[in-house]
Amino acid sequence: MKPLHAKLFRDLWRIKGQALAIMVVIGIGVALQVMMSGLVASLSQTRDTYYERHQFADVFAPVVRAPERMVSQLRNIVGVAAVDTRVTGVALIDVATRNLPVSARILSLSSDDQRHLNEVLLTSGRLPEAANPQEVVLLEGFARAHGILPGSQISVTLNASRRLLDVVGTAQSPEFIYYAAPGEMIPDDTRFGVIWIGRPTLAATLDLKGAFTEALLTLRRDANADAVLDSIDRLLKPYGGAGAYAAVDHPSNRFLSEEISGLEVSAKNVPPVFMFVAAFLLYIVISRLVQSEREEIGLMKAFGYSDAEVSIHYLQLILIIALGGALLGCVLGIALGRMTIPIYTTYYKLPFLLFRLEASSFLSGILTSATVATLGGAIVLRRIFQLAPAEAMRPPSPPDYSKTGNLGQQIFRRLDQPTRMVIRRVIRQPLRILGAVMGIAAGMALSLSMLIIYEGFDEALDRTFNVIDRSDAFVTFTAPTSGKAIYEMQRITGVSRVEPVRAAPVIFRNGRRQYTGAITGLATRARLFRALDAETQPIALPSQGVVLSASLASILELNVGDDITLDIRQGNQPVVVTRVAGITESLMGSPAFMDIDALNGLIDEPNRLSGAYLSIEDGAEKNVYTALKNMPKVAGVSLRAEAAKAFETVMDQGAGSSRFIMGFMAFAITFGIIYNAARVAKDERLRDLASLRVMGFYQGETAFVLLGELAVVTLVALPLGVLMGNALSHLIAAGFSTDLYQIPVVFAPRATGTAIAIVVGASLTSGWLVKRDLDRVEIISALKTRE
Amino acid sequence: MLDAKEEVAKTAFRTEGLTKTYGEGRSAVHALRGVDLEIVRGEIVVLLGPSGSGKSTLLNILGGLDRASEGDAWFGEQCLTKMNDRQLTAYRRKHVGFVFQFYNLMPSLTARENVELVTEIADNPISADEALDLVGLGKRLDHFPAQLSGGEQQRVAIARAIAKQPEVLFCDEPTGALDSTTGRAVLRVLQDVNEKLGTTVLIITHAAATAAMAGRVINFADGAIRDVKLNENPVDAEEVEW
Repeated sequence: MKPLHAKLFRDLWRIKGQALAIMVVIGIGVALQVMMSGLVASLSQTRDTYYERHQFADVFAPVVRAPERMVSQLRNIVGVAAVDTRVTGVALIDVATRNLPVSARILSLSSDDQRHLNEVLLTSGRLPEAANPQEVVLLEGFARAHGILPGSQISVTLNASRRLLDVVGTAQSPEFIYYAAPGEMIPDDTRFGVIWIGRPTLAATLDLKGAFTEALLTLRRDANADAVLDSIDRLLKPYGGAGAYAAVDHPSNRFLSEEISGLEVSAKNVPPVFMFVAAFLLYIVISRLVQSEREEIGLMKAFGYSDAEVSIHYLQLILIIALGGALLGCVLGIALGRMTIPIYTTYYKLPFLLFRLEASSFLSGILTSATVATLGGAIVLRRIFQLAPAEAMRPPSPPDYSKTGNLGQQIFRRLDQPTRMVIRRVIRQPLRILGAVMGIAAGMALSLSMLIIYEGFDEALDRTFNVIDRSDAFVTFTAPTSGKAIYEMQRITGVSRVEPVRAAPVIFRNGRRQYTGAITGLATRARLFRALDAETQPIALPSQGVVLSASLASILELNVGDDITLDIRQGNQPVVVTRVAGITESLMGSPAFMDIDALNGLIDEPNRLSGAYLSIEDGAEKNVYTALKNMPKVAGVSLRAEAAKAFETVMDQGAGSSRFIMGFMAFAITFGIIYNAARVAKDERLRDLASLRVMGFYQGETAFVLLGELAVVTLVALPLGVLMGNALSHLIAAGFSTDLYQIPVVFAPRATGTAIAIVVGASLTSGWLVKRDLDRVEIISALKTRE
Repeated sequence: MLDAKEEVAKTAFRTEGLTKTYGEGRSAVHALRGVDLEIVRGEIVVLLGPSGSGKSTLLNILGGLDRASEGDAWFGEQCLTKMNDRQLTAYRRKHVGFVFQFYNLMPSLTARENVELVTEIADNPISADEALDLVGLGKRLDHFPAQLSGGEQQRVAIARAIAKQPEVLFCDEPTGALDSTTGRAVLRVLQDVNEKLGTTVLIITHAAATAAMAGRVINFADGAIRDVKLNENPVDAEEVEW
């Protein structure tokens, strides 16, 4: 081994503690990148494979009732590759553990041997046999949530009559990767089910023989999707076509794709922030490290080593640390990714999901850390190379403080010398101090923004389930029903208030921008569910115009007063142009609201409701549930408490849970930066501090000079960190927000207080650790160490 | 009895069997091997000897910067070898001043402030201006170390060391980094301090010629005292050969 190599490894061993600290910080940045981009790759590849193997349809065309002969006409549309039809309906399943029945969709299964679109994936048991009309396959998530195994029976209310069905198997399906109870957005396996049953049986029960209620289509590669959708709508309109939509608008696919693209945005935005802070820390430590080797560098050059040889030697040292960190990050990222996979499979029912390492993320992590480390080293090396070897071997001349002398002489006169030392250093070496300030502020910004995000999650939950929605239950009907239903429900003992709701599927259009969603018609002066403005004040719904949620307004690029086209897909399916009457703050989904009478007027179905919000007296729940269970019109009841719980679970255990990992990483980085700033300051001033000890300063008095500086740096960093943290939180909130929910950035005094406490706590701990080191320093050897 | 007390009052330092060993076993380095010594108050003492002969170790122990492995050292009646860290700090604070080869000034403080650093914590200091006057720097009070030459920096270091009116001044190679003219000027200052304030001055040096200005010259070799010479007629610093 060459002597330089021996030196390399001994140097590494000597600075092992510091090297390890840098590796961990770099590792965290790289780990986040590897984990997040790996998740994006895993989810999207799994989704694509699943869709391909099970022939997920390109187009869905629901109708009220279309004759089977329409199939050949659909097949003749230019661009259509294949057509499949099925019968669908809604059902209620009685389960032993709940007072309320569970809403379910019931879908027909063809019994021929041909392959069909949206093929189910049998996870246990077998498919129903044509000879046994009572046999069904159940959605796996629901079956598992209620412990229903193949071989058991379930009680189902279908078309207002109750019957017992035999469960022969459980299945997953590419169209039910993500699903929620009707009227909700957050999945809860216990409260939504899917039943697959032989087509003849279902058609007979729903009186749909020789007809279908949904056409599924695949398109040719070169098809013009919009033109195909228009053609389908024209063909099916006479049969009550509700509007064909492409797979991108399919709820399950949309949520999954939104999750993936949200994750993609996070993977692009969040890890670079962590990497930047890590890189900054790396630069500070590396430059300090090379600076302290000044004498050795002079010596090597005196022996005749060239600048290039010396550079290579130090770059090797730096790169070993940087690449070690990147490797550590890769391993950590894969481990975190594997840990995160089950969170996704709980909410996204994918048949298989393996964490994939995205090579590019690993490479970019390695490249970033290596580049920053090399640059940091090179800048300092260049400065040293400019010195003659003899000069480099001598201790540097004292830094010039002469330009700080006359600032505020009057005030200075009153200060003792140690305080003057602190202040002069802060004034005289502003760049060095600024470096430490920026580092601590950046670390604080990471922690603060994560804490603001935490509060944003709480705020989203509170605003959605306590401020906007103040009902106890939401009832959906099998079909829009007459206003009499309100009186029926008001008569139930224990129901204290009923507010009607009319929801209608709509395609919102503004020029080329469009969004497939729904309009919710709310009662005038509604109290249980309200559209609120940015100041959480209720918006009075006008008799004309539509109130959009902020997220929908931004998708469509619309403001208050603009015209908007509503392509309503219900009743007489009118297309109307109206005005945006207001913008409401909604954190869940992208809803739109109208006055219920105005909406019914547009559809030309006066006095109709599709659901109702209920307020229930305490203790009367059981009675109300029983009454609702016996109302044939009721398609489902969702309880606000259960929906809130499901939302909370997703936030804490689902996709939102990565905020805890990031929070932990942010705290680790914050502490790492502050500790390093304190250590670097200590190493730089060791000689001065030892001199003070020689003069008879006690340990505490000596520590003041060092810790005073750390205190000043910390105090200056605090307000800067608050500003940076608030700015950063917008970026991170955007990363966490999805089509499903928006994370608001709130004014967060509590988060700010906590972040300040974290930084001050880290400063105190670091100060204590450094002071402990300082107390152990041998005065004489410290005096001999040259700067 | 009286004689003994007088003896103590005249003695600045006394050591008995002072031993310092670094490390253990085979790799142990014996820096001091049982040194017995007496230094009289008000003397200028020069310690001579090659590198590693133990002179710096002795100075560090007497100055309260290091601890002996065995044996005892007294400053007047105080036993230095029995003091804890805090007591040693207090000892340095009250009684002794140090001057090193590389000045060790605080770069962020002016000449006057560097001296005030000490006068602020001392019991009976002279003013910083007076101390700097003594070393001939009365006109450069508000200069920072970076604005001073090496000799000037060393004189600030001396002013800082004497401003508290210490009983003893320890100087480890005080002229090691200086040219002959500046070096003699620094030695002159040390001689002045000794004459005007009655401070005991201990100087470690490689330059044997410096011994000419000392009242007592101690030669070190291999961690022990080889000989002690008394000089009846010390010369002026200006006459020291370089």
